[in-house]
Amino acid sequence: MKEILRSAAILGLVAVLGTSLLAGVDRLTASRIAEQEKRVILEQLGQLIPDHHDNPLLQDRISFQDEQHFPNGQTVTAYRVRLQEEPLAVVMKFQAVSGYNGNITLLAGINFNGSLRGVRVISHKETPGLGDGIETGRSNWILSFAGKTLQNPEPQKWAVKRDGGVFDQFTGATITPRAIVDAVYQALRFFDSNREFLFAEPAETLEGLAP
Amino acid sequence: MKFKQIFMDGLWQQNTGLVVLLGLCPLLAVSNTVVNALGLGLATTLTLVVSNLSVSLARGLLRPEIRIPAYVMIIASVVTVIQLLMQAWFHDLYRVLGIFIPLIVTNCAIIGRAEAFASRNSPLPSVIDGLATGLGFCLALIALGALREIVGSGTLMSQAGLMFGQLGESLELTLIPDYPGFLLAILPPGAFIALGLLIAGRNWLDAKRSGDNEQLAKEPGAKAGKRDSLMTGEEPGKESPV
Repeated sequence: MKEILRSAAILGLVAVLGTSLLAGVDRLTASRIAEQEKRVILEQLGQLIPDHHDNPLLQDRISFQDEQHFPNGQTVTAYRVRLQEEPLAVVMKFQAVSGYNGNITLLAGINFNGSLRGVRVISHKETPGLGDGIETGRSNWILSFAGKTLQNPEPQKWAVKRDGGVFDQFTGATITPRAIVDAVYQALRFFDSNREFLFAEPAETLEGLAP
Repeated sequence: MKFKQIFMDGLWQQNTGLVVLLGLCPLLAVSNTVVNALGLGLATTLTLVVSNLSVSLARGLLRPEIRIPAYVMIIASVVTVIQLLMQAWFHDLYRVLGIFIPLIVTNCAIIGRAEAFASRNSPLPSVIDGLATGLGFCLALIALGALREIVGSGTLMSQAGLMFGQLGESLELTLIPDYPGFLLAILPPGAFIALGLLIAGRNWLDAKRSGDNEQLAKEPGAKAGKRDSLMTGEEPGKESPV
């Protein structure tokens, strides 16, 4: 009996020591990690928004769900961009769900007038060498969204070339670009019918920042 | 002499990646570029050193019936600390290695060294063993990463900027311009093939060397790393096929 208690006490001691170490390091690094995550988001947003804005991007954001345009129960985050209270643009973070391998997380910057500023892929699990041309480091494909609107190209041309649309596909990989084109189109449609809501909704008050 | 033996065992005779074949999941998954390999290799080495040191210091306290849960807690704490530090100071690299950092916990090489070495040796040899085992793993990772990166993408050290900043960017080499890429080398099957080639190469080197030794000493099987037979279930000293 005594032996068992002794063992339990030692094990407990190890657990307490380990946990205190973790708590200490967490305290030391928490603010720096939060800063780094902020920096990453700002870098990503920075490529998609107008230079002249005066609202705090990371605070002025909302999250919502909309099964019709953003399927699979995903939560969309929208960062609003304003100048002197006037809405300029929005950057939405959402997922393309019909990729070749899992979800593709996208950022799309949309001007208030409904034209796309651009699209970027934040994370994906598409096949290296085939589907990863969607990354800016590998090809310029994703840049082809800049300037597009719901009417330009016309709705039936919002597809990859193989499906009769205007967007290139990659050799050996049609599914990945198709998924992104569809998802971006749906995001534009959502923006078109919910523009007022997107900018009027009061900003979330969230402490942590989900990267 | 003893330290040298421990060191060479970890680095070569009992190399985790190429001989003992422990921790293959991270080895195969993260070896598609040299920079990824180096990042994971260094993180694993650091984990091994710290966990070996802690286990060795606590070895008087950790009786047999609780040693395994204690090892697991020690290793998990160490890995989480490393993860937090990386997240704070090497954030971009952390975003590339992502899920594989917490997975270091499940690298059985680490608990293997804790059980087979650190729990029966004093701190200094344990630290050396951790360092050597980690460096051995790191070297295997880098060799695999270099092989796959060159064959697969025609580059070397690409994305080194993530790890070394400005200095690293000058290390990024494009060996073969306009290389179309060789998909097999980047995908998991290529990892297995490349690992197989590396193991064969290591065995060939060993066979060649022991062949040389025999001609000198006429005494085969004299040198051997016995200490790991418990862990690997393999006969030690099999490197001299007479």
